[in-house]
Amino acid sequence: MTLSTHQLLRAYRRMREIREFEERLQVENTSGEIPGFLHLYTGQEAIAVGVCEHLSDIDYIASTHRGHGHCIAKGCDLNGMMAEIYGKETGLCRGKGGSMHIADLERGMLGANAIVGGGPPLAVGAALSARTLGTGGIAVSFTGDGGSNQGLVFEAMNMAVVLQLPVVFVFENNGYGEATGHDYAVGSGDIAGRAAGFGLPAVKIDGADFFAVHEAMGVAAERARSGQGPSVIEAVAMRWRGHYEGDAMLYRAEGEVAELRANKDPLQRFLQRVAEQVAGDDIAAIDREVAAAIDEAVERARAANPPAVDQLLTDVYVSY
Amino acid sequence: MAIRTFREALNEALMQEMERDHRVVLMGEDVRGGSGGSKEDVEAYGGVLGVSKGLWSRFGSSRVIDTPVTESALLGMAAGSAVTGLRPVADLMFMDFFGVSHDMLYNQAAKFRYMFGGKARTPMVVRGMIGAGYGAGAQHSQSPYNIFATTPGLKVVVPSSPHDAKGLLIQAIRDDDPVVFCEHKTLYKLEGEVPEEAYTIPFGVANYTREGDDVTIIALAAMVHRANAVADKLAAEGISVEVVDPRTISPLDEDGILESVQWTGRVVIVDESAARVGFAHDVAALIASKGFRSLKAPIELVTPPHTPVPFAPSLEQAWLPDAARIEAAVRKVLEA
Repeated sequence: MTLSTHQLLRAYRRMREIREFEERLQVENTSGEIPGFLHLYTGQEAIAVGVCEHLSDIDYIASTHRGHGHCIAKGCDLNGMMAEIYGKETGLCRGKGGSMHIADLERGMLGANAIVGGGPPLAVGAALSARTLGTGGIAVSFTGDGGSNQGLVFEAMNMAVVLQLPVVFVFENNGYGEATGHDYAVGSGDIAGRAAGFGLPAVKIDGADFFAVHEAMGVAAERARSGQGPSVIEAVAMRWRGHYEGDAMLYRAEGEVAELRANKDPLQRFLQRVAEQVAGDDIAAIDREVAAAIDEAVERARAANPPAVDQLLTDVYVSY
Repeated sequence: MAIRTFREALNEALMQEMERDHRVVLMGEDVRGGSGGSKEDVEAYGGVLGVSKGLWSRFGSSRVIDTPVTESALLGMAAGSAVTGLRPVADLMFMDFFGVSHDMLYNQAAKFRYMFGGKARTPMVVRGMIGAGYGAGAQHSQSPYNIFATTPGLKVVVPSSPHDAKGLLIQAIRDDDPVVFCEHKTLYKLEGEVPEEAYTIPFGVANYTREGDDVTIIALAAMVHRANAVADKLAAEGISVEVVDPRTISPLDEDGILESVQWTGRVVIVDESAARVGFAHDVAALIASKGFRSLKAPIELVTPPHTPVPFAPSLEQAWLPDAARIEAAVRKVLEA
């Protein structure tokens, strides 16, 4: 599939937003102003964007604890996201969710999810809604290599095959589940191959290559939209940061991350590939605009009020 | 009013709501039964105990969905579809099976609305059988509604009669929050008067199945009938027993319970859920903290022992709170 210059610039902007958002959080996190845990997506930008470029607001995604990239790729508001991460009332979830529960149902974002492997069954449900209500939408779940070992993920894939639902299971193999290597924890060592055993097409691709992801998702999304059932994509892209911010990464060989930054940077690889089609000035302008947008998001989040204490008891039920 | 069994009342509720609202779908193992069998186009089960009989024939496979044995994916599919526009009714079959599926209810559906800042609605119903007395053994006989009721975000319904079963199930389906609907398996054949038209019973409103002056018995589901029998027997002796059936335990009709306690001053709580940290203990704590001055005697709890549900009928009957223990508890609070 050939992408227009406009599409390329849009994809680059999204990836740059994710990179800038995460690298800024890495810095801001040391200020002590951000409560709770942060799991950063740096190094995996091409997966979220390559997948979500095929989606619109009628489509749903279910995400993971490492969900900022998915949110941005699906169109969540940067200011609302940042405020949520700071625990402020202007956050997308009014400060009640936090980094691991950012959701925006209007954008088709079913939530980051702090239960590893929690997303796929929810995506199956969203796919059932789309088909039953005839919305034309599809659903996508993102799951890590760690989550790929959860039983309910297997159940979700089997259910999707049995009911032939319009869903795409994206496995982001980023090398580690917490501090445990993929090679150790995935018994067969082959997430896509194992998934294929459930009876759905499964491909394994380089997740640091935007174009590989975009192409694989194009095929899977078309399959889902045309009623031909579910698919699996295993996208391999090692994460650059630890499991959480503060993780000393004692489990990683020296130089591993430096090597990734030098040779596996999804944004640099994208720029090299599109050098002839896209003007350097346009890229520089996007970089400036994104940096300013993230500055503003941080500024606004810091200035916003925390939720008032009376919000403690609201939103538990619609009625009780 | 027609005479219906508890099972027929539930079936009628499902039928009428599916007729009324195309977003209502039923899913679970063998809610139709027969998918993929060697005989085509057959509704083999209609639910293992026949509660959903006839629904597949009426609404087809897109709305009456046979699933594999896959409780996690079942409740996950229900949660994911509820938050995106359907109103699923998931048949867990035996409520005991929550053990293999609870994340989708406990960590997902129950918490969506709060975690997402009030921006989500998750109108799903999880139906399942509870209760001992059927010789079904330790993994098919439990009443874990006390566990569900500890989770904010879930509503928990435990009906005792055909009339309540229909009205509460219709309310559950129309409700915009996730509801756990507990059907006591020994009640399915119970008959009672049931309006033919659709109607709802609001959650959080207790029903007084017997009115009396001397003692209040609080009970749910099958235990309501045992309490009623004791009340009727003691009435002959001039002992006047009130029986309060809360019908839903989350929300709980605290005022309805406290009002009765204030009137009688003597309380027996009969419950099948647990010997520790169960529904009886929750209600006892409510009365001790908010109704203490009305009490004329210590509260009596009649629960099973702290053991799994045994299989042998002789043991199972000993495990269940029975009329003799309930009667003894009533006499004890009267003597104090």
